[in-house]
Amino acid sequence: MTVTNIHVLDQDSAYDFYVNKLGFILVDDIPMGPDTRWLTVSPPEQPDLQLVLFPVKVSKMFPKETADALIKLIKQGIFGCGVLTCNDIFATYEELKAKGVEFIKPPTKEFYGTEALFKDDSGNYFSLQPLNNFDAQS
Amino acid sequence: MNTAATYQYPRIYLYRRIVQAKLFIDTYYAEKIDLENISDEAYFSKFHFIRLFKTVYGKTPHQYLKATRIEKAKQLLREGKPVSDACFLVGFDSLSSFSGLFKRTVGQSASVYAAYHRQHKEQKAKTPLAFVPGCYAYQHGWTENSNFEETDQ
Repeated sequence: MTVTNIHVLDQDSAYDFYVNKLGFILVDDIPMGPDTRWLTVSPPEQPDLQLVLFPVKVSKMFPKETADALIKLIKQGIFGCGVLTCNDIFATYEELKAKGVEFIKPPTKEFYGTEALFKDDSGNYFSLQPLNNFDAQS
Repeated sequence: MNTAATYQYPRIYLYRRIVQAKLFIDTYYAEKIDLENISDEAYFSKFHFIRLFKTVYGKTPHQYLKATRIEKAKQLLREGKPVSDACFLVGFDSLSSFSGLFKRTVGQSASVYAAYHRQHKEQKAKTPLAFVPGCYAYQHGWTENSNFEETDQ
């Protein structure tokens, strides 16, 4: 997987979230006409993976009904965009909280390991887990 | 340090202190910050603090400060700043110590790094569509002929 989408409601606000709060690296920010940019970021240790911060707007791709439905679902927090792993979940949790990231669940012991949940500025959510959750079980 | 009354700090408290130190470095890296005092608090020895910091972040506070300065310098060079500007903007006093650390950390000299990104940037400005995967451009209507206009719905 080289490029994948995160559907966002506002690119300026998403830029602030992913680059300033989450600490993702900005890859491209290229204007593509009025009010839209080709805006991509990478997780700091995965330069080969680009995440497109894809704005949901009425366009050739999203007719009005589709755009409205998608925006409603995103705001409802339907979309989980996957798992972000870190070395130390408590340190990462403290840092993200200090930067204003909203957590749905603090680091909690589950049967599959420790997990926290947070949302981005649009409503998409992520699972945050320490790398050792994924170590082979003995 | 009073060892007769050993406190068991809750884990979250220790984490908060370490994270605060890291965020402090993230914010004030360009200033002359005094890492000697960063762990200054009763019952929390500097040695223990540095060891914990290293466990969490893989680097001592001093190593983390150097790495942060170099990362910020790379960002400034990518934005087109001259090497000497980047050097002083991230808190180095001398161009030679900056250049030496940059090359050791990044694996190429600051000027080579800057030149590569300047070229890359010029290319992006000339042919932005070369950097957008074709399928996205097509679906979004960003092809050469459409002048980036979106269709009315």
